[in-house]
Amino acid sequence: MVMTTHEEKMRTARFRVDETAHIVVDGEKCRSCSVRACTYVCPANLFVPLDDGSVLFNYEQCFECGACYFVCTQEGAIQWTFPKGGYGVTFRES
Amino acid sequence: MSPSKDSENFDVIVVGAGPAGSAAALIAARAGLKVLLIERGEYPGAKNVSGAVFYGSAILDELIPNWWEQAPVERHISRRNLLLLSPTTSVSLDFRTTAPSYVEPPYNGFTILRPKFDRWFAAQAEAAGAFLLTSTVVDDVLREDDGQIVGVKVRRDEGEIRADVVIACDGVHSWLARKTGMQRELHTHELSLGVKEVIGLDKSMIRERFQLEGNAGMALEYVGAVTEEIHGGAFLYTNQDSLSLGVLCQLSSLVEHKKRPYDLLEKFKAHPAVAPLVRGGKLREYSAHLIPESGWQMRPHLYSDGMLVAGDAAGFVLATGVYIEGINYALQSGLAAGEAAILACRRREFSRYTLSHYVEFLRRRNVLQDFQAYRHAPNFVNSERLQNLYPELAARASEGLFRVDGKRKEKLLPLYWRSMRQVGGKPGDVLKDLYQIARAYLW
Repeated sequence: MVMTTHEEKMRTARFRVDETAHIVVDGEKCRSCSVRACTYVCPANLFVPLDDGSVLFNYEQCFECGACYFVCTQEGAIQWTFPKGGYGVTFRES
Repeated sequence: MSPSKDSENFDVIVVGAGPAGSAAALIAARAGLKVLLIERGEYPGAKNVSGAVFYGSAILDELIPNWWEQAPVERHISRRNLLLLSPTTSVSLDFRTTAPSYVEPPYNGFTILRPKFDRWFAAQAEAAGAFLLTSTVVDDVLREDDGQIVGVKVRRDEGEIRADVVIACDGVHSWLARKTGMQRELHTHELSLGVKEVIGLDKSMIRERFQLEGNAGMALEYVGAVTEEIHGGAFLYTNQDSLSLGVLCQLSSLVEHKKRPYDLLEKFKAHPAVAPLVRGGKLREYSAHLIPESGWQMRPHLYSDGMLVAGDAAGFVLATGVYIEGINYALQSGLAAGEAAILACRRREFSRYTLSHYVEFLRRRNVLQDFQAYRHAPNFVNSERLQNLYPELAARASEGLFRVDGKRKEKLLPLYWRSMRQVGGKPGDVLKDLYQIARAYLW
């Protein structure tokens, strides 16, 4: 199929998951954020807004693009680094 | 003081095995230097995403004669389409050629798949004598007390590796350029998020749909309704037995309009000008990457004591609407950085003064001139009217131009005038934009 859901897209990417997260989100800081750009800009859709006002983040299927880091308006809410060498996303065709 | 040479020391450490890094490593290794090329992916290219068309085949041909015969290339580009889209209509500039400079060696450009191409190119640097260290993240530089950069810190046990020159080719985020204060924090209007799919499609189907002979290929670039009100564009490139297609979205504009990039990608594929081209294809890989697009405005300090910055890390992507080129500048800037490192190693002098020859080498390769000449283009490309108004205007005016309904035929000026008023354009703005276009592109 040419038209695909986001879930179908994500299934085509290969990830080697490190035990420690390379991006840490301080959900407390997200409570006072009204923008929450990360929740729609992330191409892997890894940021989920929670009912209590914080944001849940899952690092495991991250493309390491850095979009969340650049759009974040809350000082220090996103701690960003690369995953350990050889871990994270591995593209084969892109 | 540079550290004494022993088996642990390298002349040059190149961080990042993309096209810039492998070019720098290759040329430095060929000059007899001891070169270490460090890559964080499990293989070079594993983290790299481009459209991708590699223009500038002739540049690489000087380095590796007839490189396309041994490299994993897809198709040489002999057709290009620039399209303006409204929701229903497309107006295009169709360029197709059999001119020898496009269809005969060394060709003008090839579609490539970066994980394959980058892996091959890094292997050429290895063959020239560079050491390749994969699966290794560089977190920072090593400095002497006087500030001289003398190597890198890697995220491994015993993670310090020393070298006389460090060349940062670590991509758009350039951790190293930012940690060393050579690059400032980037703004969201300077970055575009690209989301992309590689879609498998039968080889004969590709030839037929895109009217291609043999191994010729086509590059299509789109602006207008396909990205809705988001500033950006879209592309579709033909590979051997797949299509690479995606949308580019200026980050600030995604935030402003609260759009999800993959929704725009789906919309692009469903557009009446695109859907017939991708029909029957099967998704092979979805990917995403940031692109530094403000060119001259985001260029970093290119050299410091012991360090140089090249490729995306230096913002060397020329995004002018007509050109969206990065791999060629990565290659050129990597070579220029390699040349500067060679010069410094010959003189045994690694201060910023010696390494400033990098700028001269970049000029010799016409890199800085191109970015300087087109310094006004990125702002114009991402302007509201170019993005939304003019594609709509071109579509409306063309719909009027070609329509036959028994009414009196309008001549061109009144036709455009009426179309302009329909889409809400103002003559004053158009005059302003004509000046912007002229300043950005004509002289």
